[in-house]
Amino acid sequence: MTIEAPDAFSGGKTPHFEESARESLADSQLRRNLGKATQTIRNKRAVAVEEMPDWEQLREAGRALKSRTLRHLDEYLLQLEESVKQAGGQVHWARDGEEANRIIAGIAKSHDAGEVVKVKSIATDETKLNEYLKREGIEAFETDLAELIIQLAGETSSHILVPAIHKNRSEIRELFMQKLGVEDLSDDPPDLTNAARLYLREKFLKAKVGISGANFAVAETGTVCVVESEGNGRMCTTLPPVLVTLMGIEKIIPAWQDYEVFMQLLPRSSTAERMNPYTTFWTGVSEGDGPQEFHLVLLDNGRTEVLDDEIGRQTLNCIRCSACLNVCPVYERTGGHAYNSVYPGPIGAILTPQLVGIGKSGSDSLPYASSLCGACYEVCPVKINIPEVLIHLRGRVVRHKQDEGGLRGKLDPENVAMRAMAKTFSEPRLYEGAQKAARIGQWPLARSGAIHRLPGRLAGWTDARDLKPIPEQTFREWWRSRNGSGTHSGTRSGEGS
Amino acid sequence: MRIALFITCFNDTLFPETGRATVEVLERLGVEVDFPLEQTCCGQMHFNTGYQREAIPLVRRFVEVFKNYEAVVAPSGSCVGMVRELYPMAADLANDKRLAADVEELSPRVFELSEFLVKKLGVTDVGAYYPHRVTYHPTCHSLRMLKVGDAPLKLLEAVRGIDFVELPEARECCGFGGTFAVKNADTSIAMLGDKLRHVLETEAEVCAAGDNSCLMHIGGGLKRQRAGVRTVHLAEILATTEEKIKP
Repeated sequence: MTIEAPDAFSGGKTPHFEESARESLADSQLRRNLGKATQTIRNKRAVAVEEMPDWEQLREAGRALKSRTLRHLDEYLLQLEESVKQAGGQVHWARDGEEANRIIAGIAKSHDAGEVVKVKSIATDETKLNEYLKREGIEAFETDLAELIIQLAGETSSHILVPAIHKNRSEIRELFMQKLGVEDLSDDPPDLTNAARLYLREKFLKAKVGISGANFAVAETGTVCVVESEGNGRMCTTLPPVLVTLMGIEKIIPAWQDYEVFMQLLPRSSTAERMNPYTTFWTGVSEGDGPQEFHLVLLDNGRTEVLDDEIGRQTLNCIRCSACLNVCPVYERTGGHAYNSVYPGPIGAILTPQLVGIGKSGSDSLPYASSLCGACYEVCPVKINIPEVLIHLRGRVVRHKQDEGGLRGKLDPENVAMRAMAKTFSEPRLYEGAQKAARIGQWPLARSGAIHRLPGRLAGWTDARDLKPIPEQTFREWWRSRNGSGTHSGTRSGEGS
Repeated sequence: MRIALFITCFNDTLFPETGRATVEVLERLGVEVDFPLEQTCCGQMHFNTGYQREAIPLVRRFVEVFKNYEAVVAPSGSCVGMVRELYPMAADLANDKRLAADVEELSPRVFELSEFLVKKLGVTDVGAYYPHRVTYHPTCHSLRMLKVGDAPLKLLEAVRGIDFVELPEARECCGFGGTFAVKNADTSIAMLGDKLRHVLETEAEVCAAGDNSCLMHIGGGLKRQRAGVRTVHLAEILATTEEKIKP
């Protein structure tokens, strides 16, 4: 997906999941790259989790900590603001993405920064910060290897943790040769990393402003934390004289001690590591060490709306580990771009429509991008019941269509059919009548014991699957005839399968 | 013990043989089976597709029909999953405290067939004989919603004459997902393709499961490919005995 294509957060209309998925499913290189990558990560994660005897208690602790924090979010946010200020930092509040971008661009301009270096941050992808800065004449350089790859390719991320998961190393080699002007390059990962390193070092040393997201921020101390694997984040947060962090308001944790839980849950769930390689903490500013100016921008952008939904609010527990993506049979096959959002996969399917609001046809299709198999819930380190939220959001989507969609919503063929069926099921007499009618009605379709083609939208089924015709006798007809002949219990030969 | 059979609308209409087999197995074990004819549909399809207000009358009907039974047994993991895991959400949506209380009281007594046999009755050998090469797809809702664990496999292990072969990547979804199979047909078929590949790898002649909805999906794909593998509900395997095979 190119950077210019609209996504759920850029405003404008986005395609439905099923349309975008059809395209991705046909891309054999993507299927191979993703299938291999997700399978590797999920197997490694299973091993890393298996060795923890108290994993279930940790998950419960993570869930409980997050939901307590969200219950008192207002208090913790004010406490965080106070702590950051005390430590010499500045705090800004942004109602939406536009406001956040304006604040960040203003800070960069006040330092005459024409270039900024960035740590991997999905919050800044959500607000479309890079595009905004560009319009303001400021160039943003992504320094995370995968983010750099997709920035050079002019694409968008397709995975929360591994943004370039859709690309294999030979594709990356070609890209680097074209865009970085490297002449002699193999597709060996150390060689590729080295090419990126040479390119990035210069940017790190030149930039006046570093921009990061945040994995956590401690209300009690004002300490912000970034968890990463490459060390580029450490460079961005320590080398430039000014540091700006954009953080969704749900990333807060109450106390320093709470890291004990999340630093066990996050690395094992996301990269299958026992301990995270680069974990950077900073508390305000320290004289003569690191950035001398620190700004924390707190982003709402729909989050308080999510908090208002009793079932949906657990979505804000998410610590962006991406374990749900790696186990999802839908994500594994369609990839992240099919979701048309910076948040793909199962978590994206519940987060995106809630953040942008129900009633936008593109993102309204996301809760349906699941077979409800439950693999995501099983691995979620903070126990977000994703299938439950998916079902709840499907309900909200349908109720919105029925209640606000006017005549068009009411006359929608699916709505008409579903309501008629519900009516039929509500009365045994109607239900039995419908069983008989369907048995008679299917005759033009049933050929030699199978239905090969169904009409209308149902043709989706018979595209690749035969359908079994309705047999001569329903179960209840058999039950009635059996009881009529006086045999109520006891084994009967000749019946059954 | 007297139980109510919750046949599910899907089995009632499309797979009556599974219902007959369920009755047969239960009666063979000395369980008295009642079939309340007032039952229709549990509302799962409506609820999971988002037509939740429409599903509420079906939830009420289910609770009314079954609430006075000691146990309710169904040959379907996903319909039991609807009752046990999602009826509380439906009662909340209906804003009906009485319904919520009835649901809370009834739902622990609603069982999927294999868990009823193994966990409630404590039986694994039901006296079945099935001389075929069989593989088993555990189905997502039985596995992850109901957590039936290895109950179906214990039942299959005790079947005489069976040549059981494990399904590779068994825990992965087959891609059915109710209306997902039609709404997101392309993704559903891509998932099915991998499931079929694994079924064929086993060289089994029968792919079994505890849910006919998944089996209709897997079986529909196998049939379209003329794969030479049939799908059979677990209940039908358990209902087959040596006496029935003899002329």
